[in-house]
Amino acid sequence: MTASRKPVTARVLTLLLGRLPIGWLQLTHNRTRLIAAVGGVAFANILVFMQLGFFGALLETIRMPYRLLDADIFLTAADANTLTDGSYLPRQRLYEALARPDIEGGHAWYVGKLDWDLAPGQSISLQVFGFDPATRPFRSQELNDQLTALSVPDTALLDMATRTLDKSRFANASLKAPVSLELAGRQLDLIGGFRIGGGFEADGYLIVSDQTFMRLFPARSPGAPNHILLRKAGGTQADQVATDLREVLPAEDTRVETLASAIAKDQSYQTTKRPVGVVFGFGVIIGMLVGIIIVYQVLSTDVADHLKEYATFKAMGYPRRFFLGIVFEEAVLLALLGFVPGLLIATGFYAVVSKATGLPLEMNMMRAGAVLIGTIAACALSGALATRRLNAADPADLF
Amino acid sequence: MNAQSCPDVLTVMGLNHWFGEGEAQKQVLHGINLTLKPGELVILMGASGSGKTTLLTLAGCLRSVQSGSIRLLGRELAGANEATLVTSRRQLGFIFQAHNLHESLTALENVRMGLEVHGRPAMTDWENKARAMLGELGLGERLNYLPSRLSGGQKQRVAIARALVANPPLIFADEPTAALDKDSGLAVVQLFLQRARSTGTTILMVTHDNRILDLADRIIVMEDGRLKSDTTRHAA
Ligand SMILES: Nc1ncnc2c1ncn2[C@@H]1O[C@H](COP(=O)(O)OP(=O)(O)OP(=O)(O)O)[C@@H](O)[C@H]1O
Ligand SMILES: [Mg+2]
Repeated sequence: MTASRKPVTARVLTLLLGRLPIGWLQLTHNRTRLIAAVGGVAFANILVFMQLGFFGALLETIRMPYRLLDADIFLTAADANTLTDGSYLPRQRLYEALARPDIEGGHAWYVGKLDWDLAPGQSISLQVFGFDPATRPFRSQELNDQLTALSVPDTALLDMATRTLDKSRFANASLKAPVSLELAGRQLDLIGGFRIGGGFEADGYLIVSDQTFMRLFPARSPGAPNHILLRKAGGTQADQVATDLREVLPAEDTRVETLASAIAKDQSYQTTKRPVGVVFGFGVIIGMLVGIIIVYQVLSTDVADHLKEYATFKAMGYPRRFFLGIVFEEAVLLALLGFVPGLLIATGFYAVVSKATGLPLEMNMMRAGAVLIGTIAACALSGALATRRLNAADPADLF
Repeated sequence: MNAQSCPDVLTVMGLNHWFGEGEAQKQVLHGINLTLKPGELVILMGASGSGKTTLLTLAGCLRSVQSGSIRLLGRELAGANEATLVTSRRQLGFIFQAHNLHESLTALENVRMGLEVHGRPAMTDWENKARAMLGELGLGERLNYLPSRLSGGQKQRVAIARALVANPPLIFADEPTAALDKDSGLAVVQLFLQRARSTGTTILMVTHDNRILDLADRIIVMEDGRLKSDTTRHAA
């Protein structure tokens, strides 16, 4: 038996740290506790990942309908915070804007919500968008062409990613082979589809002409859309055009945003002022607290268990930073060991939840990196707290 | 080096010490004066509770000095800051009643810790130094054993190797054999003293074992926190 028979990890760490990897040796000395500790960190990681996943999905589902649109400026009611709340706008604002040289085109956007009875006792909610079929509001030319076809009254395009939808029934709907469906007591002909997918507000989307929209929502009037979308003239800056428009349009009924700032404000409103957003944000904090508590528990128990050995090292002349080093070493190792299974399991859970709910939960590098850094920071903080007792005491009082 | 520039390795003057606060406060050391000369083997005796461990831990920088003065290897410990204490601790070997080995480190690694504290220069060739030290104490065959696989006597010998490996000029030992049976305890102490004396190390050791007294240069007896007698048997 010689010293070179040490396991590889310990040898690598010895080289890396320039000292014996006491933290690692201590952690691996007690396997049961190591497994429990790593499990705890992984659990906290999964918790945080899930909350971040839902939070990210919320942001993404807010952004998705906006992303379909080919527009630079977004006019909405002064009291509206999202696509679906607030008062209506006077359509007059559209004509006022169109009269300006820095605006090249624009159109009204009608938004309403309907319940669709798929079968007796099974109903889903659809967000219905109404556009003038003579305009081309979408970034996708295919979708614009489909909108043109909606000039036939009582026709519609359905979101094929709608939650719990039996796609096989509608996937092949076209102008030549429409599929009929009943909505709000009216018979509609489905002549095509697009994809957005359900969010936290509705299970899916339906696009119709403004004329059909008024039939579905008899209380609504063409003179009062929810929003107005504008395209700026070439050679102008969206920010500048928005600023100038703000000067001329009455602020008491109309809010002027660039499309980008409209998305950002909608997201910030829904994540900080709406219960869902607040709940997920709170969940992230709880997950982090659980993680810190678990790691603190593990590390402070570990320090307590090795107090005699540490006191001996302190008596031998090891300085404070040596003990901090050991505990940080343990903290970082626990963070890394817990992160890997946490990441893998959370990625699996994302797939499961995504499949079950249609929500866009996706793991990305940014989020994984942020959680890893957060985990290491939380572990290091716990470690620093755990060594306080050791730092304060005379070695003789620790035996 | 320090022993050269300052002939006294340890000078204690007017040392008092108290434990507890307020009503429960109790003085356990009363005006202790003591000087150790280089190379001396001094044995400290006294009834249980007479203050031997307290004196040793104060001189060994393991407790803060409350009143009086301790000069250790040329440094004043009374009122010393943490950095001075840390530096002073490195120049001592301290052997405790319990072995206090690190359970996750092998015998060799535990001894290595006695070198690592001195930084890079001490670490060159650490493995040979540590092996040689353990070899001298009869543990050449147990280098890679974890403490849990060693007997009590073997563990205490590893602890002694850890204290001696960096050749400290001064060693404090507080009943190093208390946890061992009488015979193996005697064997361990004899090994320790042989080795330490061969390098001219000054030793202050607490023991209750009368069989070791013959080896001592000086015997100090404490009673109720005071030095009761200080007998020099033969000059160092
Ligand atoms: N940490 C402490 N807090 C309070 N009182 C203490 C503490 N340590 C020791 N004492 C008390 O101080 C006195 C001296 O104790 P000390 O340990 O120095 O004696 P000792 O001579 O080493 O005894 P022993 O032979 O039993 O080891 C005793 O009365 C003891 O109860
Ligand atoms: Mg004692």
